[in-house]
Amino acid sequence: MKVYVDNGASTKVDGKVLKAMEPYFTEKYGNASSLHDFGRDALEGLEKARTIIAKKINASAGEIIFTSGGTESDNMAVIGAAYANKNKNHIITSAIEHPAILNTCQELEKRGFDVTYLSVDEGGFVDPKDVESAITDKTALVTIMHANNETGVIEPIEEIGKICREKGVLFHTDTVQSFTKVDINVKKMNIDMASFSSHKIHGPKGVGALYVRTGVKIKKLMYGGKHEFNLRPGTENVAGAIGFAEAVKQMKDSNVKHVTELRDKLIEGVFDSIERVKLNGPRENRLCNNVNFSYLGLEGETISTYLSMKGVATSTGSACASASLEPSHVLIAMGMKHEDAHGSIRMTLSKFTTEEEIEYILKVLPDIIKKSRRISPL
Amino acid sequence: MYSKKVMEHFNNPRNVGEMKDADGIGKVGNPRCGDVMWLYIKVEKKEGKELIKDVKFKTFGCVAAIATSSAVTELVKGKEVNVIEKLTKDNVVDILEGLPPIKVHCSILAIEALHAAIKDYKEKSKT
Repeated sequence: MKVYVDNGASTKVDGKVLKAMEPYFTEKYGNASSLHDFGRDALEGLEKARTIIAKKINASAGEIIFTSGGTESDNMAVIGAAYANKNKNHIITSAIEHPAILNTCQELEKRGFDVTYLSVDEGGFVDPKDVESAITDKTALVTIMHANNETGVIEPIEEIGKICREKGVLFHTDTVQSFTKVDINVKKMNIDMASFSSHKIHGPKGVGALYVRTGVKIKKLMYGGKHEFNLRPGTENVAGAIGFAEAVKQMKDSNVKHVTELRDKLIEGVFDSIERVKLNGPRENRLCNNVNFSYLGLEGETISTYLSMKGVATSTGSACASASLEPSHVLIAMGMKHEDAHGSIRMTLSKFTTEEEIEYILKVLPDIIKKSRRISPL
Repeated sequence: MYSKKVMEHFNNPRNVGEMKDADGIGKVGNPRCGDVMWLYIKVEKKEGKELIKDVKFKTFGCVAAIATSSAVTELVKGKEVNVIEKLTKDNVVDILEGLPPIKVHCSILAIEALHAAIKDYKEKSKT
């Protein structure tokens, strides 16, 4: 049996998405800037896609900029806001952000900006009060993710948004993991900018978006034509945008309910069948599709490789699976011991995950842990 | 990323376990860094030679850490102590048909565990 539970990394493209995209490769393939019928068809598609995404977050179409994905959106928001506010040089973020934010902030530090990296509590939550006390008259931007990619913790962004708005500081949030799983209302949540990605929600890779509230000024990253409200040059990826929008349409409340039930079955199943495990992140305020356990005394790559041999695709935050020797920065920021952080395995479900697949995981995992623990001295 | 040989050792590690009456024990690594290896040896003196009669290991670590531990135990079993003392990480890497560059430290650790076990044996046999 092949079971894919690495949907936090990327997802299967929904069949309806593929179908919606196809005409934009074969018939409506014009450049959306061209004035002929082919161009007009492409432009119509692009604007339709923009409207669908805007509606989903209670924004206007003119506030959605298509990008190449979450990383570009994050770069554009952080660097764009830093350079648009000339008399400010301070950025506030959290220690558990995705590398697309963290490494961008580190680059800005090298260029002379000050960055505050807020710590999180044991559950992985940023305290809005910490945001409030970190804001100074030099703060250009606060960027705090909506949901964490490793632990699925959902941050209190509505409270943070409110604080930022009251203080007159721009607020950006990376919603790459949460979009369509948790409701986002940019007005109610006082969000000034938000990053989105298509391939995490059964859309194609290579397309994402940045919401920029009307009136918010950012400096663009690239220079070229006047595409995307003169903020992001380059011929628009119309088929990608169409696919992204269709993926948004195809994510229903019933999907979230289905995934939540499977997540809870998996979490409870692991607790029931395996000893010495620790759920990373909270039970409440957790993404509907995220299951992240540390299997104490074990190293993540070992477990994920044995699982892979049984057809189960997962991911690990362990150092040994990557080029760095440091374990997950997210788990360490939550105060976890290094040896426990090394043993973490993330399983991320999707609307296509079935109950049989969860049962299969729960059938093979305990034996794998038993086998691994026979080898481990800890 | 890993050779077939690495995966084979990882999936069927040889000589896993502890040894109550070990003549030498080597414990290396640090759980904080994600690698811990414990290596046990039982030495038999035969016709003036010191032979590794039995060897066991327990390892906390990644695929490469487990595979290199298993490979080292296989490599030394039945061999003379003064011969295996000269083994280096390259011997381990060779029998595993290569290791990814970032995993070479695992083979160093496995050799360190072996050397620590031999050192422990020698110190114990002095007394």
